[in-house]
Amino acid sequence: MTRTAFEHQLSEIQEDMLVMAGMVETAIERGIEALKTRNVDLARQVIADDLSINRKRYETEEKCLELIATQQPLASDLRTIVSVLHITVDLERMGDHAEGIAKIALMLADQPPVKSHVDIARMAEIAAGMLMDSLEAFKRRDTALARAVCNRDDEVDALYDQVYRELLTDMINDPGTIEQATHLSWVTHNLERIADRVTNICERVVYLVDGRIEELNISKY
Amino acid sequence: MVFDPEAELARAESDEQRPVATAPGPSVLETRNLEVYYGHFQALRSVSLAIAARQITAIIGPSGCGKSTLLRCFNRMNDMIPSFRAAGEVLFEGRNIYERAMDVVDVRRRIGMVFQKPNPFPKPVYENVAFGARINGYEGRLDEIVERALRQAALWDEVKDKLRHNALALSGGQQQRLCIARALAIEPEVILMDEPCSALDPVATLKIEDLMRELARDYTIVIVTHNMQQAARVSDWTAVMMMADDRAGEMVELGATREVFTNPRDKRTEDYITGRFG
Repeated sequence: MTRTAFEHQLSEIQEDMLVMAGMVETAIERGIEALKTRNVDLARQVIADDLSINRKRYETEEKCLELIATQQPLASDLRTIVSVLHITVDLERMGDHAEGIAKIALMLADQPPVKSHVDIARMAEIAAGMLMDSLEAFKRRDTALARAVCNRDDEVDALYDQVYRELLTDMINDPGTIEQATHLSWVTHNLERIADRVTNICERVVYLVDGRIEELNISKY
Repeated sequence: MVFDPEAELARAESDEQRPVATAPGPSVLETRNLEVYYGHFQALRSVSLAIAARQITAIIGPSGCGKSTLLRCFNRMNDMIPSFRAAGEVLFEGRNIYERAMDVVDVRRRIGMVFQKPNPFPKPVYENVAFGARINGYEGRLDEIVERALRQAALWDEVKDKLRHNALALSGGQQQRLCIARALAIEPEVILMDEPCSALDPVATLKIEDLMRELARDYTIVIVTHNMQQAARVSDWTAVMMMADDRAGEMVELGATREVFTNPRDKRTEDYITGRFG
C-alpha cells in the first residue's frame, strides 16, 4: 500500500520550505551587498522581496494545515509537517532581519562608510552558509550535520562581540560616527539573530529524526 | 516438515521467557509467552504484555494480525472455538485464567466484553441491563442496579422513560451503550471492547469514546480497533500487533499512546500507522 498523493503533498511542503530558504539566503546576501556598495536599488529589491517570503510562508502553512486536516499524519509524517511549520516561521523572521539590513543600507546610502565591512560581510557569509547547511541536514535527515552547524553559531557570536567592541571604540574616538556605528551594530544584531534562528532549524532536524526536542544552542552568556 | 502442535507447544513453553512489555503502574492483566493455535494454524506467537489498571489500552494492527484473538484470550472467549489451543499464561490479578481449576463464568463476570455490533437482547431496555444481575443471583434492588449501570453508560437520561420499550427500538449508538450498561451491571473489573464503534456513526462514536474516558476512572479497558485515530484519541497505552511471514500474530510494540503515534520505536509500527504498510 502506498499513499502517492500524500507522499507528493509531503514532498511539496518540504520543497516549498527549501525554496523559501533560498529566498532568505538571497535576501541576506543582497542586503549586505547593498550595504557594502551603497546600492539603493538592491536594498529596495530586498525590501520588496520580503513580501514574497512572507507569502511563501503562509502558502506553506496553508498546505501543512490542509495535510493535517485531511490526511491525519502520524509518526515521522507528523513530525515532518510540524517541523516545516516551525522552520518556515523561523525563515520568515530571518527574511525580516535581512529586510532590516536592507533598510539600514537605505539609511546609510548617502554616507561614506566609517569602517570596513569585512567582518560584517564575514558574519553574513557564515550565517547564510549555516542556513543552507541546516536545510541540507533537514533534507538528508542528518543530525550530525545539524549539530555541527549549531557549533558554527559561536563564530558568529564571536564576530558580533568583536565588531560591537570596534564600533564602540570608533564611537568613543569620533562621536561623529555614532549614528552610522549604531546602525551598523543593528546590522550585526540582525545577523546574530539569523544565525540563532538557524540553530532552531537544527533542533527541528534532531526532532524530526529522533522525535525529541533538544536544546542545541546553549548560550555562553 | 510436518507440523506437530504438541512439539510446538513444548517448544513455546521451554523458550526463554521474553521480557513482558509493560506500562508503568500496577497491571491487572498480563500475558506471558502466550501462544494460540486454531488447529494447525498458529494465530499468536509469544505475546507478552501487561495491561495497566484503570487505564485504556488499545490493540491495533492490520487485519488478521490476531488482535481479536488476543482480546478474547483475556476472558477465555476463544474456548468456544473447537480447534482453539493456548500455551503460555494469561494472568488476571496474578492467577492464570487458563488453569484447570479456574471458574470461567467468574472470569467472564469480572472481565466483561462489548462486541463489534451492538447485540442487545430483543427484550425491554430494563431487562437487558437486569439480565446479568439476575442470572448471577443478585438479590439487591434491581432498579438501583439498572439505573446505576445506565447512568454509568451515559444512557439514563435518554432511556429513563423508555425502560419498558424494546431495546431493538434504540439507535445503534444507544444500543451499544446499552450493551456497555449490561456489562457494567454485574460490576466487572475489566471491560474488553472489540471494535465497539465500527458499526456506529461519528457522533455515536464520539459518545462512546467520551464514555470510555469516563469509565477508565473505575475500570480497566482494553479496546481492539481498526481506527487508529480512535486509538490515538482514547487510549493511554497502545499495543501494536503484526502478522509474521507464517501469518502468526506477534506484538511488535507497546508504549504510551502519545509516543507510539508520534515517535514509534519499531519500523513496522511506523510503516503501519503512516499507511505505508504492505
